[in-house]
Amino acid sequence: MPEPRIITYRAAILEALFAEMRRDPAVLVMGEDVGAAGGVFKQAAGLFEEFGAERVIDTPISESGAFGIAAGAAMSGSRPVFEVMFGDFITLVMDQLANQAAKVHYMSAGQFTVPLVLRTAVGIGANLGPQHSQSLHAWAAHIPGLKVVMPSTPADAKGLMAAAIRDDNPVVYFEDRTLYTLRGDTPQGDHLVPIGVADVKRAGEDVTIVATSRMVQVALAAAELLAADGISAEVVDPRSLVPLDVATLVASVRKTSRAVVVDGGYRQYGITGEIAATLAEQAFDWLDAPVMRIGAENVPIPFSRSLEPLVVPDAARLAKAVAALVRRR
Amino acid sequence: MQSSMNDPAKGKRKSAAAAEPPLLAAEQSLALLRQMQLIRAFEEKLRSLFSAGLVPGLLHLCAGQEAVAVGVCAELGATDVIASNHRGHGHCLAKGARVDRMMAEVLGRRSGYGLGRSGTLHLYDAANGNLGTNGIVGGGIPLAAGAALSLKRRGRGEVAACFFGDGALNQGLLFEVLNMAAIWRLPAIFVCENNGYGEFTASEDVTAGLNPVARGAVFDIPSEAVDGMDVLAVRAAAARAVTRARAGEGPSFLVCTTYRYGGHHVGDSQDYKDADEARAWREKDPILRLSRRLEAEGMASADRIAALAAEVQAEVLAAVEAANADALPTADDLGSFLYA
Repeated sequence: MPEPRIITYRAAILEALFAEMRRDPAVLVMGEDVGAAGGVFKQAAGLFEEFGAERVIDTPISESGAFGIAAGAAMSGSRPVFEVMFGDFITLVMDQLANQAAKVHYMSAGQFTVPLVLRTAVGIGANLGPQHSQSLHAWAAHIPGLKVVMPSTPADAKGLMAAAIRDDNPVVYFEDRTLYTLRGDTPQGDHLVPIGVADVKRAGEDVTIVATSRMVQVALAAAELLAADGISAEVVDPRSLVPLDVATLVASVRKTSRAVVVDGGYRQYGITGEIAATLAEQAFDWLDAPVMRIGAENVPIPFSRSLEPLVVPDAARLAKAVAALVRRR
Repeated sequence: MQSSMNDPAKGKRKSAAAAEPPLLAAEQSLALLRQMQLIRAFEEKLRSLFSAGLVPGLLHLCAGQEAVAVGVCAELGATDVIASNHRGHGHCLAKGARVDRMMAEVLGRRSGYGLGRSGTLHLYDAANGNLGTNGIVGGGIPLAAGAALSLKRRGRGEVAACFFGDGALNQGLLFEVLNMAAIWRLPAIFVCENNGYGEFTASEDVTAGLNPVARGAVFDIPSEAVDGMDVLAVRAAAARAVTRARAGEGPSFLVCTTYRYGGHHVGDSQDYKDADEARAWREKDPILRLSRRLEAEGMASADRIAALAAEVQAEVLAAVEAANADALPTADDLGSFLYA
């Protein structure tokens, strides 16, 4: 087992990209400013210098066409990692993603595969406003044929990126910008996190907090506050939304008998509803309280410093909501 | 309404001014003829099956447009790639798809290319480098360009062609892809089948600028107008484009003027077309045109041509019989091949 060492989430993703590009010449990186510029968040730094313009391809600001080209390249022997700079911009690639890439393997009855990764940065925290702050992962998770992953730690970020690149299906990889500087133990060398396997990030007895992406970090902080309040919270990170590791989530809820689902996407018709409904169906007899959903408020995300933090829960608010659920009579 | 964007009279003037493209050797010419006859027989048979209620869904036929598919694909090898559109049976057959598996898929039978689950709009044939017909207007254009990117990296001189109608000329996606194909010098051939109508609307009613060729030229992509009712003219233009692409000289844009004998789909009443227009185009029929030339130049007798027509007719009928005898997909097929 390679020795873990502490690196950032951003560096962990890059480590996977370097390793997979060295391992397989079919792997390409495509996107706006990913070449010499190294990405607007430096999330592609150094790739261009090592692999050159043939494999690290700067696209024009033409998300729909460029992603469609990535899909066609994936159908014909390449393995593109396509970057959509802001998660909000997946709206621009939706036809190519939902109507083409997601369905080709099925429609062709297995004649074609579409091995590509769409990576995109989501989340609030930089006052970027309504068109640069959304977490639209529910849009991708709604479409059969896509896999959807959302790493919350550097180790998962590295392992899921490597697994996504090696997967023969289109995988949408949502990374939270505010996690880029998060530091954590990350295995060196080959490190794969299987897609579709959840992870219990903190064990507990009284309540299960199912949290995704940055909300895992918020939930872990909330769990500390709850512990001080005498409540033992278990934090479960699905890591993959599609396929969803229902067994691990249900096992946790059967143990704790209470569940809160927290996610950075809009609450209405969001993945919190999907997960809550799944838990209600499969753990109903074990539940002592309704499953609670906490998502982003159903408003365009304001850029205002006073308003933006209100859109998505922080640790204190989450802890308060969880405590109220646990103490509900 | 008469559509002047692809006026047959304009084509006639053009072909009168330019020399007729030279005939190929007899066997090659007959192969082109047979391909066009096969596509026509396939489409006509489907039209009657649809009218009898035997085809699920909607059906967009390409009768009248055969010369474009056959002329372009004649210049492509088995490892070259195409992407097709909603009016794509001709493209698939010309690229080598099996008639029986095509027919089975369109009729929803299990031996079809998509297990009978996908239908006419989603016909894929990986063995012949066919990235599929497509239910989204313009949807195949970036797929072909993406294949061109892979093929360019592979470095064996292979090319990718995509077929789209004049309707797709108004999709922004086309221009995004043309731009990237040009800056990356992709071995891609963009083939517009300008049949004068986007769905139920004359192109000129919804399209600014009556010269679609300019839409490729603006990206400095070699672009030309082609008589899409003349398979030899299409083949010659495709040969120029393929040669450029194989030599690493980048993409080409061909606008083939042609005509859709039927409506947007079978059952479309075509009230928006006038009868004189359809008659004028029928006189330029690509199959008749090549047949007459072959006869006039003594390369094939009327009997030989009729025998070819009977042969493809029998092939199509056998495919229909086989499809009708074949099973429908079962519930076990519902979830297969969702993930690799």
